[in-house]
Amino acid sequence: METRSYPFAELDQLEINPTYFELQRDEPVARVRLPYGGEGWLATRYEDVKTVLADARFSRAAVMEPGADVPRTLPTMPTDTNILSMDPPDHTRLRKLVAKAFTARRTEQLRERAQGIVDGLLDAMEEQGPPANLVEALAMPLPITIICEMLGVPIEDRDQFRAWSEGAVAITAFTPEEIMAAGQALRGYIAGLVERKRAEPADDMLSVLIAARDNEDRLSEPELVSFGVTLLVAGHETTANQIGNFVFHLLRRPDRLAELRSDPSLLPAAIEELLRFTALGGSAGFPRIATAEVELSGVTIKPGEAVFVNNVTANRDPSVFANPHELDFHREHNPHIMFGHGAHHCIGAPLARMELQVAIGTLLKRFPRLSLDGDVTFKRGRLIRGPQALPVRW
Amino acid sequence: MSEWTIEVDRGACLGTGMCTSIAPDHFRLDGGTSTPVKSPVDPDDAVVDAAESCPMEAILVRSADGAVLAPQP
Repeated sequence: METRSYPFAELDQLEINPTYFELQRDEPVARVRLPYGGEGWLATRYEDVKTVLADARFSRAAVMEPGADVPRTLPTMPTDTNILSMDPPDHTRLRKLVAKAFTARRTEQLRERAQGIVDGLLDAMEEQGPPANLVEALAMPLPITIICEMLGVPIEDRDQFRAWSEGAVAITAFTPEEIMAAGQALRGYIAGLVERKRAEPADDMLSVLIAARDNEDRLSEPELVSFGVTLLVAGHETTANQIGNFVFHLLRRPDRLAELRSDPSLLPAAIEELLRFTALGGSAGFPRIATAEVELSGVTIKPGEAVFVNNVTANRDPSVFANPHELDFHREHNPHIMFGHGAHHCIGAPLARMELQVAIGTLLKRFPRLSLDGDVTFKRGRLIRGPQALPVRW
Repeated sequence: MSEWTIEVDRGACLGTGMCTSIAPDHFRLDGGTSTPVKSPVDPDDAVVDAAESCPMEAILVRSADGAVLAPQP
């Protein structure tokens, strides 16, 4: 079996490196070598990916064990206690502190607020254009505003934490030192905010977490700060980039765009299909460590070995999705795993769905002649892919 | 000890795998949606955790007298 260097080369314009699909067909659990920490496995098929993500024999917490030398893209091992590197029941202890605020039912109550934000942003865009850069006009400010309001992070700090967040989701876009410094800056920022809110609690999620720590000792101080950082970064980087990615895909596919414009009732299905179809995840993040011997597609994974998964290729698995490389708003069954699977299934999934529906639906309604205005440059070397800028006119 | 009943609204369930990861002894995915392994069951906090963690609030846990234990409103 050949051992391949991983991550694979990142292609432009949200294209997916064809090596993934060759592996999915011929070598679904492939041997890979990372820049640091040696070799591991890469799973690309839908069922294998779901097994790795949800089966208790695969651990995220093992990545954090003292002395662990896990295959990775950065020279140093992560050190902060983060919900993304915990297993149940520890993970459950943290997640349930905020899970209620992110249910589909509670998120639906924020739809009106999201609509108001989008209407205001598109008013401003219309006044100052055309053209406009949709990333700055809509894609970034909507999720940032919502997550800031939910967490209790002052929106006026956004230029500051956006720069750090850019660093925190980088793989090769910045130097390892810059990436670590960005993570430390974010933790310092949230720690400062936690101290201020301790003195003056408010009706927000950080205050809820502080009370859970101070009154009930349900999480440690480092867990509290890391949780705040994770919610802030994951709460906007993903959705913001997806808004840009979805608009990019739609504006380059006139047939699909016309179909969605002519039948707005397709919007929820269209958003699900764009979630399935869009290669948001860069690569090589969040490996799982086998804690027992597990067989995946005929390959035996030994205890202690690392397995990487690729949700993007899983969402193109032809055994689950007919014509997987086609964007099709009429799929009867669309069990994509863009939000992951198992204990780490994205806590913000209902929020992301709602924001994407409101942003894309309103944009298409308001600007019936929206089109791309020149070439689109994509960010590179990050955990999350998306346009650097999205020039549009109408 | 009085037992708890577990119901899953399979129309609401999205098959996220939250409950099957949090309480693997109590839930399994069947055709893409969750189903209780058995019901009623002996009280187990993992069942409540699973119901509280479901983004769709599709899991209902009741005590023997019918009172809703989870999810909390």
